[in-house]
Amino acid sequence: MNGIARLLTKLGASVTGGIARLGFATRFFVAILRLSGTTFARPQLLLREVYQAGVLSLIIILMSGLFIGMVLALQGYETLVRFGAAESMGMLVALSLVRELGPVVSALLFASRAGSAITAEIGLMKTTEQLAAMEVMAVDPIARVVAPRFWGGVISLPLLAALFSTLGIYGGYLVGVRLIGIDSGAYWGQMSAAVDWKYDILNGVIKSLVFAVAISLIAVFEGYDATPTAEGVSAATTRTVVTSALAILALDFVLTVIMFRGGAG
Amino acid sequence: MNKKIIDLWVGIFVAIGLAALLFLALKVGNLLTFSEDRKGYELEAHFENIGALKPRAQVKSAGVVVGRVESVRLDKKTYEAVARLHLFPEYQFSRDTIATVYTSGLLGDQFIGLEPGGDTVMLKDEDQIKKTQSAIQIEKLISQFMFSKAQETPAPVAATPTPAAAAPAKVATPGAKP
Amino acid sequence: MTLDSVSSLTPAAPAIACETLVELKNVSFGYTKARQILSGINLIVPRGKLVAVMGGSGCGKTTILRLLCGQIKATSGDVLVSGQSVAEMNHEQMYAHRRRLGMLFQFGALFTDQTVFENIAFPMREHTELPEEIIHDLVLMKLNAVGLRGAAKLKPSELSGGMARRVALARTIALDPQIALYDEPFAGLDPISLSVVGQLIRRLNDALGMTSILVTHDIAESLKIVDYIYFVSAGKVVAHGDVEAIKASTDPFVRQFVDGQPDGPVGFHYPAKALAEDFA
Repeated sequence: MNGIARLLTKLGASVTGGIARLGFATRFFVAILRLSGTTFARPQLLLREVYQAGVLSLIIILMSGLFIGMVLALQGYETLVRFGAAESMGMLVALSLVRELGPVVSALLFASRAGSAITAEIGLMKTTEQLAAMEVMAVDPIARVVAPRFWGGVISLPLLAALFSTLGIYGGYLVGVRLIGIDSGAYWGQMSAAVDWKYDILNGVIKSLVFAVAISLIAVFEGYDATPTAEGVSAATTRTVVTSALAILALDFVLTVIMFRGGAG
Repeated sequence: MNKKIIDLWVGIFVAIGLAALLFLALKVGNLLTFSEDRKGYELEAHFENIGALKPRAQVKSAGVVVGRVESVRLDKKTYEAVARLHLFPEYQFSRDTIATVYTSGLLGDQFIGLEPGGDTVMLKDEDQIKKTQSAIQIEKLISQFMFSKAQETPAPVAATPTPAAAAPAKVATPGAKP
Repeated sequence: MTLDSVSSLTPAAPAIACETLVELKNVSFGYTKARQILSGINLIVPRGKLVAVMGGSGCGKTTILRLLCGQIKATSGDVLVSGQSVAEMNHEQMYAHRRRLGMLFQFGALFTDQTVFENIAFPMREHTELPEEIIHDLVLMKLNAVGLRGAAKLKPSELSGGMARRVALARTIALDPQIALYDEPFAGLDPISLSVVGQLIRRLNDALGMTSILVTHDIAESLKIVDYIYFVSAGKVVAHGDVEAIKASTDPFVRQFVDGQPDGPVGFHYPAKALAEDFA
């Protein structure tokens, strides 16, 4: 009996704790938006974060995009050739990339490459009292440290996702056209006949923008909320990657249902 | 890190990122042709059944894409399917054009095929295509086939519903039992 | 408590006759009801003086500084700076208040992603519209004052502990604050760096006309540089006086602290059950 009561108490505590954190995160998000003026008034702050989040993620994003495109083409060929539809490979590669793989895989990579770095940096700044020092210097750390990193992430990810898809389509071209020998005209023609700029491309960009907001918010929040110890920061970094990955996949499902429900397959 | 190097790299990053977006929109997503086909005109066609035709399906004539299906709805009075077609401005079709729902391949997407007639008057914006042919439904085909097969086997005993349907069955029986 | 007689003295009574700049009136603070960190602290800092707040680790010294810069609010009592209550300041007043403060954090809290130069330029860039050339000159002046002009281009990770503390000191005084707060400025320094930092704190206080509050447990260095000392224990002021008075004091707490005896009014043991009970 006592054990059950203890278990229920634990459950209740974790629920109320979770709700409190969610509320704190929401207020934090509002504070970031409210204090974003500094970020855009001083582009140098933003540039540094776009560099940290975007430019430094370029290599992994470009390489992954290229290889995923090549693998898609190889695997797609195996399946398509059975139906005599190998010509449709351009369509297969492009649609899978711009709708799903581009936004989702680049977001997952971004969360583990840039999101974790943001959390670790802010968490360490908190641990070493740099954030407190700023506060005492009458500089709001949310305006000076958090908001630029948030916006740097929001700007970087959609661009990275577009690069990912582009490189993937090029990788598909390399394998499909150069290696397997599908007609180049068929590759591009089937692709542009099937892909709609609004329905597919724009929705893909919207997806990656939503992921960007989610990852950036999670990353800065976990960093700011980290327990100011070494293990606190490492736990926060792990949480950023795990929470981001789950958030990306859940949001992807919801967005896909909203965007592509009932439309042309 | 030197400020100028950061600026340069961010500049490169944003530039190639935007270029990639542009590539996706223009080359892959056909943004240019999309803005072109805004200029075209719209037609309506009533079908008894359009099968699995969906918005954005192609409209072809002699195998050439001449437009897209804009929307599909059900006429509330006649219970016919109404497909709104968007045709590119450079193609004109005569008033007696026949619209048919086809399937590309056995399992492929459905599209609308237009076969122009001989009339000299051309279809204008918001006109209706009078002559249409519905989609071939595989289920119906199969059930028809099964039905006729079902009639075939017990042919000598069963009463045949119509002479037209019975005739081929009678012809077939001697062949089946040599 | 043997020293209740001392702490119950009225705050204005001691031999400090100058104008009061910072005053803590019967301040209590605790994160939870059960664990009070400060309980009824009275403390006065006159303008232009260098005052030390001393006590063992964990006695609430740092809490006093955090109350002063408004990071936390007192549960009861008043924290007054120039007669204005810190707890009652609105957002703008708080930021204006913090702009006249300089605070040296326990471990320096230098911005690790910026160079020494950028660190000291940081408050100037954030709060002034000064052109870059003037900021350049000002930063080098501040660095010169702490003897580290040559280290301007280094990153904080390339500095020794003593140098980092001096850079942090330069950043603390970057905007010529009215009040400088030092949180354990001597912690973890070798004897030479320690005395350099000590002398700098004294010299900067006098040269810039600042009022300084020094939180430390380093009695020897403090006795060399400060004007007045408060001893805090268990969230209360247990003794206070100027340097001569402290040196001459026969008070057991002060003696234990000054002479560094392991046991005395401040017990060696953390409060525990009776020995026999634990080993039973």
